[in-house]
Amino acid sequence: MTAGTGADRRGAIGVGNTPLPLGLAYAAMLVFLYLPIVLLAVFSISSNTSLSFPLKGLTLERYVSVLADPALLGAARNSLVVASAAATAATALAFAVSVAVLRFRFAGRRLLLALAAAPLLVPFVVLGVALFLLFNLVGVPRSLLTVALGHSVVALPYATLILLSRIGGLDPALEDAAMDLGASYPTTLWRVILPLVGPSLLSAWLTAFIVSFDEVALANFLAGGDPTFPVFLYGQLRFAGRIPVLIAMAMLMMIGTIILTLIANRLRTRND
Amino acid sequence: MLGRRGSLRFLAVPPFVWLILLFVAPLLLAILISFRGERGPLDFGNLQLSTAQYGKILDSPSWVRLLGTSAVMALVVAMTATLLAFPIAYFLAFRARHRAPIFLILLLIPAASSFLLRVMAWKLLLGSGGAINSFLIWIGLIHEPIGLLLYSQAAVVITLIYVWIPFAALPIYAALQRVERSHLEAAADLGSGPWSRFWRVTVPLSLPGVLATFFMVFIPTVGEYVTPSLVGGSEGIMYGNLIQDFFTRAGNWPLGSALAVIMLVLTLALVAIAVRVVDLRRAVA
Repeated sequence: MTAGTGADRRGAIGVGNTPLPLGLAYAAMLVFLYLPIVLLAVFSISSNTSLSFPLKGLTLERYVSVLADPALLGAARNSLVVASAAATAATALAFAVSVAVLRFRFAGRRLLLALAAAPLLVPFVVLGVALFLLFNLVGVPRSLLTVALGHSVVALPYATLILLSRIGGLDPALEDAAMDLGASYPTTLWRVILPLVGPSLLSAWLTAFIVSFDEVALANFLAGGDPTFPVFLYGQLRFAGRIPVLIAMAMLMMIGTIILTLIANRLRTRND
Repeated sequence: MLGRRGSLRFLAVPPFVWLILLFVAPLLLAILISFRGERGPLDFGNLQLSTAQYGKILDSPSWVRLLGTSAVMALVVAMTATLLAFPIAYFLAFRARHRAPIFLILLLIPAASSFLLRVMAWKLLLGSGGAINSFLIWIGLIHEPIGLLLYSQAAVVITLIYVWIPFAALPIYAALQRVERSHLEAAADLGSGPWSRFWRVTVPLSLPGVLATFFMVFIPTVGEYVTPSLVGGSEGIMYGNLIQDFFTRAGNWPLGSALAVIMLVLTLALVAIAVRVVDLRRAVA
């Protein structure tokens, strides 16, 4: 084989160029993914009482009623509190797991790593009833606290994966240098490691926040009389008349989550 | 001054304690309660364990069948989502080049929107007065609403595939990104054509990602009860609805726990088998 044809072929490989129109498949997928959401957005501003065609007129009435619905706003506030608490706990624990696993050799190292990832392997309904039984046994009434505790466990694997990959990419010599210069290990973590992984830490926090903020299957078993937004939404969805207002609220929440996702994504890619 | 070694316990102990109290202990408690003969308060001095609940489940063909149905539905959802996500991930990894990050974000935005909202979207799309039916009537294609769209197993399966596809592309994309371009070039230099390179280099190397995707979809789907209760109707209920029922309306915790433990054991067994199979293949490759 001559060098010329070799180079031509390498160019043609483009790593596995098949003659399939994959760009088209991607575009079709985007349409499939966005169409239902766009229809809901249209529905939320149409004056039809069900999602049907033709549209009779446009209105912002549903968005106004959201602001006049204390139960709805209360549930949204609860979700903010629960997700913030769960994300903070999950991120702090994920940071501890990542540093312990990457920088130390100890008995139980593999066990710790396996435990931190294990919540991914348990269906939420199983963990939900298990936590329900535990809180019942020890006499902790179901509340926002129990939801946050449950969410801290299911968000931990996501936060851990993000921080493991970031801290794993740091040069351990940076810590050695700080300690040679007289810093204690906690000071090294605080003054050297934390600033370096800061954006990833925020990305892990936002990811954990989103996991909790949108979670209903587990929260449904753990919430008491004061529901989070998804639990409230789930309970209300069987009342057909409430659906338009609920969708308007869910739209507003969705916009918030999308912004958070974009920020988390930006932070992660920039930091890596 | 706290040295490196002394810091370890402050790093390792809190997550251990947290996970043992809030993950291991509740699962063990559910297992314990599943071996109780009757309802009523738990007395650790006098446990009186029995396998009565498991016997009751095995004697109920409709529950066992529901477990099978849910496993098949989860299998269909996970396989379809994985198959549909693969070309998308392949496009992002090999074709999209410098536009890959923006294409990835576009894919993830629907995933970031509310889970219940996306389920509701399908309820409103598929319903007899819903978007698909009313649109088809409006353009004159049909005159009567098609009744079978909503409240069926198919509605649950379609909705869940829709919910999972964006997430499903992520592990495959990550695995494809790690495929060494030099491996493909070597295969080409040795005379391998595009399809043979794809099947014999790219696919085997992406298997861990494919498997991760499969389980990322399968595990939450097999335990679903929220989606079936919204779009499934009585035809589309799943095993998770049964478990939920014994903890809410029926109020039989030992029986509900036994149902949950069966699901947990089967899920973990499936994961263990799959991990073994793929590791084996990686060792061969």
